[in-house]
Amino acid sequence: MSLFKEELKIVNIGLKSFYEDLKKQGANVVHVDWKPPLGGAKAVEILSEFSKLNVDIEKANAEAVERIMNSQPTLVGMGIARDVVPGMKDNLILHAGPPITWDRMCGPLKGAIIGGLIYEGKAKDEKEAIELIESGEIEFDPWHHHDGVGPMAGVATASMPVFIIENKTYGTKAYCTMNEGLGKVLRYGANGPDVIEKLKWMEEVLYPVLKEAIEIKGEINLKNLIAQAVQMGDECHNRNRAATSLFIREIAPAILDTHFSNKEKKAVIEFINANDHFFLNLSMPAAKSATLAAEGIKGSTVVTVMARNGTDFGIRVAGLPGKWFVGTAQEVEGLYFPGFTKEDANPDIGDSTITETGGFGGFAMAGAPAIVKFVGGTVQEAIDTTLKMYEITDAENNTYKIPFLNFRGTPTGLDIKKVVEKGILPRINTGIAHKDPGIGQVGAGLTYPPMNIFIDALEAFVKEYSD
Amino acid sequence: MVYKMIKPNAYYDSVTLMLITEDIKKKDNVEEALVGMGTETNKEFLKELGMLDSELESTTPNDLLIVVKGENINMEEIEAEVEKLLKAETQEDEGEKFYPSLESAVKRLDGANMAVISIAGEYAGLETKKALDMGLNVMLFSDNVPIETEIDLKKYALEKGLLVMGPDCGTAIINGVPMAFSNVVKRGKIGIVAASGTGAQEVSSIISNLGCGISQLIGTGGRDVKKDVGGLMFLEGIKRLIEDDETEIIVLVSKPPYPEVVSKAVELLKKTNKKHVVHFVNGIVEDSEITVGHTLEDAAIKAALLCQGKEIDKDEYTYFDFLESFDFDVKVKEEVAKIKEGKYIRGLYSGGTLADETMVLLSKEIGGIYSPKPLNPEYLLENINESKEHTVVDMGEDEFTVGRPHPMIDFTMRKSRLIKEYIDKDTAIIMVDVVLGWGSHMDPAGEIAEAVKTARETSDKYRCVIANICGTYEDPQKYYEQKKKLEDAGVIVFPSNASAVKFAVNVWKELGR
Repeated sequence: MSLFKEELKIVNIGLKSFYEDLKKQGANVVHVDWKPPLGGAKAVEILSEFSKLNVDIEKANAEAVERIMNSQPTLVGMGIARDVVPGMKDNLILHAGPPITWDRMCGPLKGAIIGGLIYEGKAKDEKEAIELIESGEIEFDPWHHHDGVGPMAGVATASMPVFIIENKTYGTKAYCTMNEGLGKVLRYGANGPDVIEKLKWMEEVLYPVLKEAIEIKGEINLKNLIAQAVQMGDECHNRNRAATSLFIREIAPAILDTHFSNKEKKAVIEFINANDHFFLNLSMPAAKSATLAAEGIKGSTVVTVMARNGTDFGIRVAGLPGKWFVGTAQEVEGLYFPGFTKEDANPDIGDSTITETGGFGGFAMAGAPAIVKFVGGTVQEAIDTTLKMYEITDAENNTYKIPFLNFRGTPTGLDIKKVVEKGILPRINTGIAHKDPGIGQVGAGLTYPPMNIFIDALEAFVKEYSD
Repeated sequence: MVYKMIKPNAYYDSVTLMLITEDIKKKDNVEEALVGMGTETNKEFLKELGMLDSELESTTPNDLLIVVKGENINMEEIEAEVEKLLKAETQEDEGEKFYPSLESAVKRLDGANMAVISIAGEYAGLETKKALDMGLNVMLFSDNVPIETEIDLKKYALEKGLLVMGPDCGTAIINGVPMAFSNVVKRGKIGIVAASGTGAQEVSSIISNLGCGISQLIGTGGRDVKKDVGGLMFLEGIKRLIEDDETEIIVLVSKPPYPEVVSKAVELLKKTNKKHVVHFVNGIVEDSEITVGHTLEDAAIKAALLCQGKEIDKDEYTYFDFLESFDFDVKVKEEVAKIKEGKYIRGLYSGGTLADETMVLLSKEIGGIYSPKPLNPEYLLENINESKEHTVVDMGEDEFTVGRPHPMIDFTMRKSRLIKEYIDKDTAIIMVDVVLGWGSHMDPAGEIAEAVKTARETSDKYRCVIANICGTYEDPQKYYEQKKKLEDAGVIVFPSNASAVKFAVNVWKELGR
């Protein structure tokens, strides 16, 4: 072989002193800051099985990421959950995250469910709501079982208006409620009269105006909006300011053309304008409609759902359709609003991790310098976060680009095998809810999923695809 | 009391301000604080905290608010602090670029052809497999790699035309680049295949110090030549050197290989017209056509002579010519005169092969040598920390290195053992190795010299301390400075292990105890 004729180009893995010595000699060497696989020996065992599997994982994953990337999420209209969300019914309450029973639900989720029952007129206060729930009459189900997503507690009831997002490439549809703004809001578990009142206003004014405006305007290509917003400093999970502004630009002329009063039109535009997160409830179902298109691809280790209900963190994998892999929702490292501390925080909650799953959110952090302070301060760390995510994803996005990284595409197609093999967990940007029902948001920050879910999923994958 | 300060039209990002708020809250006397823009949300917070007044109420989202609740607050100080934090430059990351995975490193290093892997043995197999899949040769330093994994990896590598040097391999020099524990040797015509780390270091260093050069040094790891692995890489290494134009002389160094590996190696050597020298520490080659080295040093010298085009007598037993400035017999007598007490030799080694060679050479002349890994089971040292009669220990053995670095890097254990042996009234002679080169301690002689000085201050009796320096004149530790440090501490220094042993034997015999 020609090794003895070539210049030696060395990759050093492990002891850094070997790298330093090689460098001192002027050798051509790079160093790998190696980490053991997630779960240590167990991971080694699972990963060793891969060579024996009877499926072309690379090809399957290529198809999965192609479907995610080629999806074209489009806002096609609005409707009432009961009429448009598959399987929705009056005694059903949808929530964020993997399936959970009332007794295991966290404070904010319980608070939001109580609020939802009051909003629906099924209970007049907390006491009545809890009685109703304990009577067993109310059913709960994850949004993800109904092709939708919910931010934070993610509670949706039958009368709530929802956006309808259609993936124009693959025909999948996804749903999400409208964003209520910051502070005391239902999705953070608040359920006081002001919260219910705002929800009613959203149903009675915001929804009809927006619905008609969308009808007048026609379909809105969300993929383009997200792509532009990512280039304008949003990652469309914790920061949606640019995207919300772009949305207003798209919709405002049509709002003016609706038949509603000027007062109502103005109130709608002001409401959207005052809420930097309005677009979150569009970026989330946009991502959902894309990852839905990858579900069920045989042999794919690409993640199609990451979701939390405030108690558990669950993922779903393209090649293992219908299965949840669940672990404990983690604490969030973050910054708190005045008057609140870490003691008040509920563990990680919400379906908004669908944005990371879809190839933006925390994965696009390098493009959102305004939120890097959550990571610990420096722009470099935000860049490193995105660079690290390339390690555990299968592709670079063909549409969402980060100017600062020479317009490199965002890391897309989270791969459970890479997560386990490289010991790198996906980074998640998120808001922080108060742990008690009825209080609301207390801060925002960063967290990781629990590691066992990736190991469990990989183990199940090996089992599924072994002879 | 509530203190406040409003800075109109000074926009800052809310997260930056939340961070600053955290810092301000930590200050003395501060009960509660809010540094933020005059947004509705912030005003609501202020209201709930009882910190809102009409002036604050009328601010806009473009005004920066600094509101602090507490006693005896100096607002100028707070303001200065906020200003400082707002201006704080984010620190540039001047660190080097490291890669989170083999894949990304290979992507960046175009044409990568070698991986040096030194991660825990249980993970090393997966990583090596990955490297091989990417077309990289591997120098696998890790130990505790399962033998089945080693066999699988080496078979796989051979299918792909790649080398796996190791596991448990400390030394390799490929294309002039010394990796892990290796010396800075001259480049030249002598190729070495070695299943022994310090054996390879000793041979390559002596060759280089004799003015000859190394083409390639392929370290295979000790298990490679045993029955299970069957010399997969040892034999491949020989084949590679036979094919290599630069290599004219092939040197094989190993502890005794499995007989079948020996016969296959011999067969390969006999088929090529390249010259060769073979040395198996404590082993023999039963083939009249094979040129053997009697010691590591002898093998090196013979290789150098062949390289210089000289004829060699395969039965001759050579020593590195160190005697020009060293009167061997006089020096022996001087040492003997100083040793008033003690009659045993104690060897404290950091190189396993060097320790083995010492045992082999000593036992021929003076009888059984105790050791945790003796040549003869009869001489098993029950307590590795208690020497008995003549004792040689390899302090790089696992039982000494649990939870601490190798004795070539960390001298703590050897230093305290040296002092202990020195104080022991039975000790007459102490032998140590001083291994130079990349990977090793940057001042090994300084460490040994310090221990010798301490020992001589502690004990009123004289013991002869002998060291061999395994290293080249080009090594980063600076050979002659190292030598001087040892000599200044009264250590008798030799340029090879075999010559150090020869001196020890002579002193012991002259003592006659």
